Amino acid sequence: MTRFRADTAAALAGGLASWAALAAVLALSFGSAGMALLHGWGALEGGAPAWRASDTRALEFTLRQAALSALISTAAAVPLARALARRRFWGRDAAIALLGAPFLLPTIVAILGVVAVWGRSGLVADAAAALGLPRPDIYGLPGVLLAHVFFNLPLATRIFLQGYAAIPAERWRLAEQLGLEGRALFARMDWPMLRESAPGAFALIFLVCVTSFAVALALGGGPRATTLELAIYQALRFDFDLARAALLALAQLGLCMALAALTLALSRARPPEPGLRARIVRRDGRGRAARATDAAALIAAGLFLGLPLGAALARGAAGLAALPAQAWPAAGRSLMVALGSATLCMALALGLATLALRLERRPWAARAVEAAGLSALAAPPFVMGMGLFLALRPLTDPFALALPITAAINAAMALPFALGLILPALRRARAEYGPLADQLGLRGLARLRAATWPALRRPLGLAAGLAAALAAGDLGVIALFAPADGPTLPLLVQRLMAGYRWDAAAGASLLLLALSFGLFLAFDLAARSLSPRAARRRGRGRGLGWRPGWRLGRGRRP
Amino acid sequence: MMKLPPIAAAALAAALSAAPLAAEERPTLTVYAYDSFVSDWGPGPAVEKAFEAECGCDLRFVAAGDGAALLGRLKLEGARTEADVALGLDTNLTAEAAESGLFAPHGIAAKVDLPGGWDDPLFLPYDYGWFAFVYDSTRLPEPPADFEALANAENLRIVIQDPRSSTPGLGLLMWVKHVYGERAGDYWRRLAPRIVTVTKGWSEAYGMFLEGEADMALSYTTSPAYHLIAEGDASKKAAIFPEGHYMQVEVAGKLAASDQPELADRFLRFMLSDKFQSIIPTTNWMYPVAAPAQGLPQGFETLPRPARSLLFPPEQARALRDAAVDEWLDALSR
Repeated sequence: MTRFRADTAAALAGGLASWAALAAVLALSFGSAGMALLHGWGALEGGAPAWRASDTRALEFTLRQAALSALISTAAAVPLARALARRRFWGRDAAIALLGAPFLLPTIVAILGVVAVWGRSGLVADAAAALGLPRPDIYGLPGVLLAHVFFNLPLATRIFLQGYAAIPAERWRLAEQLGLEGRALFARMDWPMLRESAPGAFALIFLVCVTSFAVALALGGGPRATTLELAIYQALRFDFDLARAALLALAQLGLCMALAALTLALSRARPPEPGLRARIVRRDGRGRAARATDAAALIAAGLFLGLPLGAALARGAAGLAALPAQAWPAAGRSLMVALGSATLCMALALGLATLALRLERRPWAARAVEAAGLSALAAPPFVMGMGLFLALRPLTDPFALALPITAAINAAMALPFALGLILPALRRARAEYGPLADQLGLRGLARLRAATWPALRRPLGLAAGLAAALAAGDLGVIALFAPADGPTLPLLVQRLMAGYRWDAAAGASLLLLALSFGLFLAFDLAARSLSPRAARRRGRGRGLGWRPGWRLGRGRRP
Repeated sequence: MMKLPPIAAAALAAALSAAPLAAEERPTLTVYAYDSFVSDWGPGPAVEKAFEAECGCDLRFVAAGDGAALLGRLKLEGARTEADVALGLDTNLTAEAAESGLFAPHGIAAKVDLPGGWDDPLFLPYDYGWFAFVYDSTRLPEPPADFEALANAENLRIVIQDPRSSTPGLGLLMWVKHVYGERAGDYWRRLAPRIVTVTKGWSEAYGMFLEGEADMALSYTTSPAYHLIAEGDASKKAAIFPEGHYMQVEVAGKLAASDQPELADRFLRFMLSDKFQSIIPTTNWMYPVAAPAQGLPQGFETLPRPARSLLFPPEQARALRDAAVDEWLDALSR
């Protein structure tokens, strides 16, 4: 009886924590925008801020480029993920690990990398000129799409690889025994997984692209490529019109949430299938056509992603000699922000994921929680920063809290990625081990250890790694709250560039990429080795997904 | 919350209670400045050392984004700001800054060496420069001679900054307005085919220029000085146009809410002294407003000086801004 009561209390506390997580996320996105609006409204002199014709144009462009970027990234990820899922080749693990890199590149480094390949004096243009063809001009929508697909194709691919990893090995064996190949196999195996994962991937990439600003402008060729985010920035910077900035931010938030919810509603969840978690062995795709398609997908993606990345890395390596001494303390500050953000993000993600699971019987409610998790991604970071500043000012000096504020906002911004990894894992854990755990009467910590943790460990490590890496690279929030005792690494890169120190900036960018990427891999590794059984499991773990690349050559086909 | 061991808690309490004592001995002057002023290779560290050597005070620089962000932060903080001095506004911002009522008259009869002179009760200039298109003479041996040649050069590609998000971007907008007046929109339409792209800030544009993506980038006449003095590279040049060059004049002002008004006045006077002014050329890469006793650093003499300096008075700059941005948007969105 007492046991039961303790469990009830624990469940109650867990429930409260979940709702608190939801409240915290909404407070950061909608709350901070509302706070800015309230403050701005008080200072208004000449009536309410008006919606301008240029805002409609900006909104149209924002939605168009974001939808196209998300569509192309998601569609192109299908053949790439399939090829990576069913082929084993030298360097495959390293290639999958490197998929994380484009997403973690500092914006300006990525812009220069894309330009080095696709610009009017880039590799592609030079090749075209050598062949007597006209030099291509990417500036405009094509440039924006190129850059956004460069960032997000890897993201969609990783999401699909997670999906492939969740298909039990038994099903692949069955499909093989039934002689399914080609289209029939795709329809039975790949398509249901895509129906489940693709809408989420689309929504995520859509939101990432909605808030793009520097990239969209630089590669969009001019003011035609004005996003709503720029209009918000302009309202704050030019006129210091908080009310207008907040109104535009709220419009962007509301619209994005509605679109994200609609997209998520398209997702058809598969009932998780229990499996023995055996190693997946695939013998499909042996035909010449299938091999050619996969090779083409891998080579095309390798070039498309590898060349700009290589250009950025080469610039960075050349600048390493000029790396200033300040880079190290700056890296230390970024590391603190990263660890703080990862911790907070995991707490929020676990809270929201359990809440969504609790509400699963009411699908709309569960969906709404999921969509709420996406909200911070659609809120302009500088509006969140302003809102937090206004909220904190009566209590303390917000600028003394520069690093914690940066960590908090970044935790909220990484939440959609974390939720996308953790929620399916929790669902699967419940489906696979829930009934057994119920029968055994496992509760509380024992249940967590035996039934939930094994399924949660890997996605949690990945999510934490991603949150840490993204926060380490933050430049949106920290630019508002420059810490008094010294810059973070991205801020240092920006200052080096402003001081004409391009070589040093390139070197510091490389250090930043190494820090972000290192954090990403370190969390993944830590999550694998946390369990005492990890060593045993390692040999027969799921052969797919976000595996880092230091065990090259392993996992080849028998 | 984190639990502290008792010893650490005691140490923390001691440290906290000791802090105000130390502060009482040496008054603190807080100066808000833009990011690159405060950075280790900007003027900040040397200025701090030089002023602290004579003021018996603690000079604290606070980095606050760029000039526009700095003003935004001051408005947000209002009378409760910690800032005693704001350094790094330019004449595109001073009308708005004056209107905010946050600044107090400096009362200093300034003798500054500035093309066009200076007379403003609230703000004092500390450096200036001219906007210019910078090019690489090895890639572009014959740069366009004036604005018309720039627009007519078929194969020329330039990269500029967005006036809505960047200070040089706004500078170019004002420059074209000053030269072309009513016909500025028409000029932008003719210039549009030359523009590779428009970037959020100076760094993206200059980076693209250095990578060879554009033949010219909008920057300052002093930009080649960095490449010459710090890198020994004489290939970067600024194209000088006979129509004249728009100026950027960077200023500082004393906050009305300052709790150290005398110290703030002292800092503003120091700002115009040789000690401060001689730091400026090779750290901020701008011209000092008082010729340093030892003259300008070697390399600066190679920089061409525009024959005509253009600058709108602050009030006029502000009145023109929004319509000029709309004109620009309209011309480049076609």
